[in-house]
Amino acid sequence: MTTAAVGNRAVATAGPAADDAEATATRERPRNRENGPGWAFVAPLVVFFALFLVWPLIHGLYLSFTDQSMTGAGGAFVGLANYAEAFADAEMWRALWNTVWFTLLSTVPLVLIALVMALLVEAGLPGKWLWRLSFFMPFLLASTVVSLIWVWIFNPQLGLVNSVLQSFGLAAVPWLQDPTVSMISIVIATVWWTVGFNFLLYLAAIQNIPEQQYEAASIDGAGRWRKLWSVTLPQLAPTTMLIVILQILASLKVFDQIYQMMNQLVTPATQSVVVYIFDTGFTGYRFGYASAISYIFFAIVLIISLVQFRTNARRSA
Amino acid sequence: MTAVAARPTRRMPSSSGLKPGEKRFGVARILAILVLLFLAVTWLLPLAWAVATSLQTEADAGSAPVSWFGESGVTFDAYTNVLGAGNVPIWAWNSLWTSAVITFLTVATCALAAYAFSRLDFAGRKPLYFAIIAAIVIPPQVLVIPLFYQMLAFGMVDTYLGLILPQVVAPAMVFILKKFFDQVPIELEEAARVDGASRLRVFWSVVLPLSRPILAAVSIFVFIQAWNNFLWPFLIINDTNLMTLPVGLQTVKSAFGVQYAQNMAMAILAALPLIVLFLFFQRQIIRGIATTGFGGQ
Repeated sequence: MTTAAVGNRAVATAGPAADDAEATATRERPRNRENGPGWAFVAPLVVFFALFLVWPLIHGLYLSFTDQSMTGAGGAFVGLANYAEAFADAEMWRALWNTVWFTLLSTVPLVLIALVMALLVEAGLPGKWLWRLSFFMPFLLASTVVSLIWVWIFNPQLGLVNSVLQSFGLAAVPWLQDPTVSMISIVIATVWWTVGFNFLLYLAAIQNIPEQQYEAASIDGAGRWRKLWSVTLPQLAPTTMLIVILQILASLKVFDQIYQMMNQLVTPATQSVVVYIFDTGFTGYRFGYASAISYIFFAIVLIISLVQFRTNARRSA
Repeated sequence: MTAVAARPTRRMPSSSGLKPGEKRFGVARILAILVLLFLAVTWLLPLAWAVATSLQTEADAGSAPVSWFGESGVTFDAYTNVLGAGNVPIWAWNSLWTSAVITFLTVATCALAAYAFSRLDFAGRKPLYFAIIAAIVIPPQVLVIPLFYQMLAFGMVDTYLGLILPQVVAPAMVFILKKFFDQVPIELEEAARVDGASRLRVFWSVVLPLSRPILAAVSIFVFIQAWNNFLWPFLIINDTNLMTLPVGLQTVKSAFGVQYAQNMAMAILAALPLIVLFLFFQRQIIRGIATTGFGGQ
């Protein structure tokens, strides 16, 4: 709770003792309070916040205890039945596993390639803006555009990848049709699409490393590699930690690419949690059950976020 | 919080990019250039391939052997067909204006609130700010089911209001803007206050002009997200005339089936606006992502 009080000037200027005394003496006296302007300034945000975030959050929790259908039918309170069903639902567990699998497969290259890109671009080679442009441009594309392009590249007969493979005498791969490789194909497209974002975060972090650190290392006789290992990489460790967690949180939410590249078909090998929520809610019309899965998913995201807050707090402590 | 969110201080490399005592053609340097080249080519290839396909006739694109240039030569048929069908310009316009409205509403509400959280002492300030910061961890995907239910009740399914309003909630932006306002020297505002200016007046004519870079950064971030958003617009809009570009592309791609050249022409047309924007505002966009990228983290 106290973390929210950062930048509270009133507390910062008055000592704690003075504050207490004042509080007991004049409990009701508004000290320079600006309730009118204050609430007027936050009111527009609060309206949106309450209507489109707080209310759906509460209502979704309520729905998860009902058998509400999208058609308007149902709505009876069923207690924990939806949650009980979810934990016994093999399809839910598979969706969860697929999501974790996608997260593992995508996070490693999305962090490592971004780091390599940023280190090389900042190594002082000419044409910096061109490298930046090449790596970041895909991030500006809508998921639909990315999916259109990669479905075409992965086309079994006419695709670019298979034609290159075949020109080297290798066998064509059914990239999106074979359940054993389809997730990997989606990860490849995802890495291409979003690595530019992590790349930019790394670029900013590298530029923030104080130049004196390098100068000091030079005086100690450190060469290029030595500086990389002893200055740059250690300095980037907190950033890396942050990027890894943000990437995990982003990867867990995967929906667009899977749904689009699989041609809106739900396949056992690629169905992620969000795809399952979408499918249960909007194809199966089971809003109650879909809400329960949403909340299970939310709980997982919450736990990872809390781990991150803890590591953040420990670092700044 | 790391120092990353601060504005990057640019180190000035020497004109050749070399540090004193470095060889121009060291092994490491050549290796670095080769790896960079490999990565850049790999990253540009998919887009180049999409462009190449879009410039072929459907017959060339849809038949073996696979080639960069069709036997019938370069043609813009795919583009004229896509544009002639009429939907893509409508969708692009819908994407543009709805994203602009979402960006304006988000930045306006978040900036006003962030300023109040930073400067004004009002009842309930701390709990409210804490609630908004806590909301950063809520994945929008979790809210999709109840939000849709709510839109059914409001009669907003398949309307622009239903498309726009739920996208105007961005708690992370409140956090970023408040952190910025906390750093603005208060003396400037106090001078204006002494002159009798109201809070709104001070915000409008003293604080906002000082905040242009951060407002630009936040606007860029929100706009890109809104422009590319898929899940919510896809759910809420069924009417072809109301669709945004990403949604329209998804629905039409199944209809087009095996017309690869037209599919790629559509992809390129949809990609072009933001790429052009990026070419013009590269520095601002990169700085914007760097400052807002960590969100509320």
